[in-house]
Amino acid sequence: MSAANELTSAHRDDLRSVAAMIVPASEEYKVPGADDPAIQADMLATLGRDTALVAQALDHLARLAGQPLAELDTAKREVIANEFRATGGAAAATLVRVVLQCYYRDERVLRSLGLELRAPFPKGYTLNEGDWALLDPVRARPAQLRRAP
Amino acid sequence: MNKHDPVDVLIIGAGASGAAVAWSLAETKMHILCLDQGGWMNPSDYPSTGRDWEAKFYGDWSTSPNIRGRPEDYPINDDNSPIKVVNFNGVGGSTVMYTAHWPRLHPSDFKVKTLDGVADDWPIDYDALTPFFEENDRIMGVSGLSGDPMSPLTHPPMPPQPLGLSGPLIGKAMNKLGWHWWPSDTTVATMDYEGRARCINLGHCTPACAQGAKASTDITYWPHALRAGVELKTHCRVREILTNEDGMASGVVYYDKDGVEQFQPAEVVIIACNGVGTPRLLLNSVSGRFPNGLANSSGLVGKNLMFHPYAQIYGFVQEPTDSNRAPPTCLWSKEFYDTDLSRGFVRGYGIQFVRGAGPVFEAVASEQKGILPWGAEHHRVFRKLNGHRLGVSAICEDLPEEHNRVTLDPVLKDSHGIPAPRIDYTISENSRKMMEHGLARGREILEAAGATDICTNSPIPWGGWHLLGTARMGTDPSRSVVNEWGRSHDVKNLFIVDGSVFVTSGGVNPTSTIQAIALYVADQMKQRLANLFD
Repeated sequence: MSAANELTSAHRDDLRSVAAMIVPASEEYKVPGADDPAIQADMLATLGRDTALVAQALDHLARLAGQPLAELDTAKREVIANEFRATGGAAAATLVRVVLQCYYRDERVLRSLGLELRAPFPKGYTLNEGDWALLDPVRARPAQLRRAP
Repeated sequence: MNKHDPVDVLIIGAGASGAAVAWSLAETKMHILCLDQGGWMNPSDYPSTGRDWEAKFYGDWSTSPNIRGRPEDYPINDDNSPIKVVNFNGVGGSTVMYTAHWPRLHPSDFKVKTLDGVADDWPIDYDALTPFFEENDRIMGVSGLSGDPMSPLTHPPMPPQPLGLSGPLIGKAMNKLGWHWWPSDTTVATMDYEGRARCINLGHCTPACAQGAKASTDITYWPHALRAGVELKTHCRVREILTNEDGMASGVVYYDKDGVEQFQPAEVVIIACNGVGTPRLLLNSVSGRFPNGLANSSGLVGKNLMFHPYAQIYGFVQEPTDSNRAPPTCLWSKEFYDTDLSRGFVRGYGIQFVRGAGPVFEAVASEQKGILPWGAEHHRVFRKLNGHRLGVSAICEDLPEEHNRVTLDPVLKDSHGIPAPRIDYTISENSRKMMEHGLARGREILEAAGATDICTNSPIPWGGWHLLGTARMGTDPSRSVVNEWGRSHDVKNLFIVDGSVFVTSGGVNPTSTIQAIALYVADQMKQRLANLFD
């Protein structure tokens, strides 16, 4: 067990292992896995209010695995991962969310998705006006507002 | 306890209704003071200014005060409710953090007992509010398209939001089904308007707009009200309203920004704290004369809480959608708004369509739903989902039931030791049937649009945006808390102007109607100044 406000070395090892299971690296899409050092560093640096729940999730994972996740064979890890997702509750959901929110703001990942590497403000985005003629059938309908006495 | 000089009018809460009533009353030149538990917002801190804008939605910018936990927030025990309360506390209130969807209640919504034999009629009708809807639309700055055949006639001063990529997909699907749809009225400025810059499509409008294109009352009503002489004190949390020997409100006890207890005397007190904060304050204002809470001789303070249960359904189309690159809500439908008993329920629901989501939100939500796998397949599936989401939400009319209520939690307290509100709420059988109907129709819409991988959230768990009914208006003091112009039946110088006064909820977002009511109450007060307490 760990202090609620920090991750132990064992936690960090398991976090790296489970992150790679969630999002592995891909040659095809030219993206790192979620166990990439930069992405892991982002997770640890920005855990903040999620630290306690993530630590709780990792404790749960450690209990299920009985040993460091990285030392299990692939089949056993799959079994443990499924059990973790089924029984981990809010803590497991938080851990997964932390992994995904850091992964999907990594520049390499965003570039692979064709997304711009910037905050929405101040440039914003352009929106097509669209075809307003689509509204013609609705305009042709008679008014149908229910009358109030 | 420090005692201040008395003011003529004290308003509690600087959100949607508090700002509107302050602005309207300012022309009387009375000494008007507003206290708010939060502070002024700084747009440079808003999520869309940073690369981690999506992550902030899960923490500091969560819509849930329990998750967000800013010093300005108070905790809410909503464990006994399938729908969790969401709000924002600060100058602007929840208009800082809302989708800016801007329908009005329909004329028929004010007469549900007469028309459908359920709940109660309102003591006012749509026509009484019409000039205030119009005035409010002008000040908040509304974009939209006049002429919707199934909605009340509006005159938005700005053109509607562009359809973008998602709008035509929805429009074609609705046309295929022969169902009504229309560009939503929204308080997103589509052109430069009254000092606000036009929308540049920052994406999620909900967690505040860094551009200032989305109307929130800190940038609409408040600048006008302050220039007109209204005083606004921030970081002042009101604990209770005191009364004098005549049973009139004498002022409020509040904690200032340093946590020091203060007493502010006032001739008139107006509560604008929303459908949870208002009953909380009234129930906490106990005295020998008012042992069950202030203005509560009917026993209805806190009862009849109405949310709008949201039945949300979404799927993924092959074509790209607007994703996070546009305001989320752009179109509505009123096809199923009115009662049709053949559907198996009374009353109805509005539909609001949602354009899409950003990559983090998409990944998190889809993983939770089990459609985004772990492992090697993750990347292929994510590319199929991301930027292809299309959403439909049925916003179901919630009818009043006394067992749905706000009380004071016996244990949980805020940072000043004030009892937190506790929510006890269940979704009625009528609402459940309505939600099922909404999901089924939503599925038809999505399938007509070619969507697959369809998922549902029914109700949306953190969907308690609309907090209504807990200090309802009416002409019968035994069946209502305030009269037909917002004055407490019990305390003649106490007024309520927020969503608490709703008698029924309609099937649309309520902020436009809340503000119209606040302006209407202010107008009534101005007309009756000579005999306001009679």
